[in-house]
Amino acid sequence: MAKRIETKDLNIYYGKFLAVSEVSLTVAPRSITAFIGPSGCGKSTVLRTLNRMHEVIAGARVEGRVLLDGDDIYANGIDPVNVRRTIGMVFQRPNPFPTMSIYDNVVAGLKLNSRRLKRSETDAVVEKSLRGANLWEEVRDRLDKPGAGLSGGQQQRLCIARAIAVEPQVLLMDEPCSALDPISTLAIEDLIQTLKETYTIVIVTHNMQQAARVSDRTAFFNLAAVGKPGQLVEMDDTEKIFANPSDRRTEDYISGRFG
Amino acid sequence: MTAATAPPRSELTFAKARGSRKIKNNIATSLVSLAFAIALIPLIWLLWTVISKGYHVIFSSGWWTSDQAGIDPRVKGGGALAAIIGTAEQVALCTVISVPVGLLVGVFLVEYGRGLFARVTTFMVDILTGIPSIVAALFIYALFVTTLGGIGAGWLVSLALVILMIPVIVRTTEEMLRLVPNELREASYALGIPKWKTIVRVVIPTAFSGLITGIVLGVARVAGETAPLLILVGYSATTNMNLFSNPQSTLPGFINQEFININTSSGTAAYHLDANGNRVAGAVANYAPDRLWGAALTLIIIVMALNLIARLIGRRNKVAS
Repeated sequence: MAKRIETKDLNIYYGKFLAVSEVSLTVAPRSITAFIGPSGCGKSTVLRTLNRMHEVIAGARVEGRVLLDGDDIYANGIDPVNVRRTIGMVFQRPNPFPTMSIYDNVVAGLKLNSRRLKRSETDAVVEKSLRGANLWEEVRDRLDKPGAGLSGGQQQRLCIARAIAVEPQVLLMDEPCSALDPISTLAIEDLIQTLKETYTIVIVTHNMQQAARVSDRTAFFNLAAVGKPGQLVEMDDTEKIFANPSDRRTEDYISGRFG
Repeated sequence: MTAATAPPRSELTFAKARGSRKIKNNIATSLVSLAFAIALIPLIWLLWTVISKGYHVIFSSGWWTSDQAGIDPRVKGGGALAAIIGTAEQVALCTVISVPVGLLVGVFLVEYGRGLFARVTTFMVDILTGIPSIVAALFIYALFVTTLGGIGAGWLVSLALVILMIPVIVRTTEEMLRLVPNELREASYALGIPKWKTIVRVVIPTAFSGLITGIVLGVARVAGETAPLLILVGYSATTNMNLFSNPQSTLPGFINQEFININTSSGTAAYHLDANGNRVAGAVANYAPDRLWGAALTLIIIVMALNLIARLIGRRNKVAS
């Protein structure tokens, strides 16, 4: 079920402001790709264009193409709602729905998409998704309790369970561990490794060690200068990026000379 | 704590700074407490006045079960039933119209409103908020009574109250929906949930208790409005269940009527209240002041009860955090 993502000459604007320019990259199915780079370089913006989430912001628009297994998700007549059902997303801060129980949070994507499911079917989805997110053992006795009552790390895994419950092809993660403590971070990183067997994963991270630990491929984004648009500097196998990058700017960044 | 040895220099300067800050802190604390007391005094005074003058009335027999039909101000008895029914009916009709409109306008402004149309809507709501109730009443009078003829009726009051209630509900809805973090909307969109369903199933439930509070504030605001009653519905001593024809009694209208009745006198001596609200000696019995305070207390009790119910509903749906 995992799919390949390609972007071609992607220019991303907020109103008249060109935020990111000329991004062309390929994300292989069943792999983990990390986006790294200094703050404000546009890596989260690029990530959000991959499932058309940036359109939520007024004035945001895109030139160029984003292909999901060859199909342009920006083609005429493509409904962004359907794109997002195929390409799920996990956010920086855990955001379970505060009015819903753990159970309802997991099935929210299915229920609110008006799929009629029997109780036994949703039970199965809940267990499968929570197991998939490595949370089942911790919450199986309190599925009817509010999701917001969990710890931060558990909430984030609940959000991952909620995202995979709708069975997307691709999972986008926008700094999923930046609000978590080291132990929860480790739990999420382990989880990402398992999820890779089923999904295509793109993860934005500020933490270079994390990129080095979890990802197969790494893309380095940078600003040409203050006020200039962000750009993709290089993308390569993670080992190569961290050991022997081809671009000087990448080397400066990962060796901590700026950023 | 007493230190055995003299504290080092740096600690002394710290102690000094702490002293002056302490004084400032004390001054600020006293000012805040004083302001609180000043705000509280009139409230408690008002409640005390209404309760002390009205409590024996609302516990008198027949207050909740009978009306004022055929009862002279000089005769004991009768009740506020007609007024309670009138106020309840008029406010209920007003709420039924205002709540959906107000909620939808609020949702539009927060979730969809962009560009000129939204700005114009916000501007109009601002203007509506400032419209005096008597102007709303005159508008409805001109619109219906002068054109259709006839005398006033309860539903016209409801329409005038709608004009006053909608802006209150729009404003609170806007505020409450803006409090819902954008992250929840994004979480919902990211699951492929359409926008309208995100609003109905995620945003509104999250803001639910706040929205209920807004509605109750709106009800409380209009339940005590008097100007539309005087112009549009008049007063009726008998119970009139029909919202759509003939004068109706209402709690504020009842209060107003009894205020007029205070000076009703029998042949011998006029009854009136002195500056302290005591009956002047030799006065004949006049029950208008009792009824007036009773009606005032009844109005406060009804609004408070609504408030309490709303809080209970809000608490049951409270967002766990």
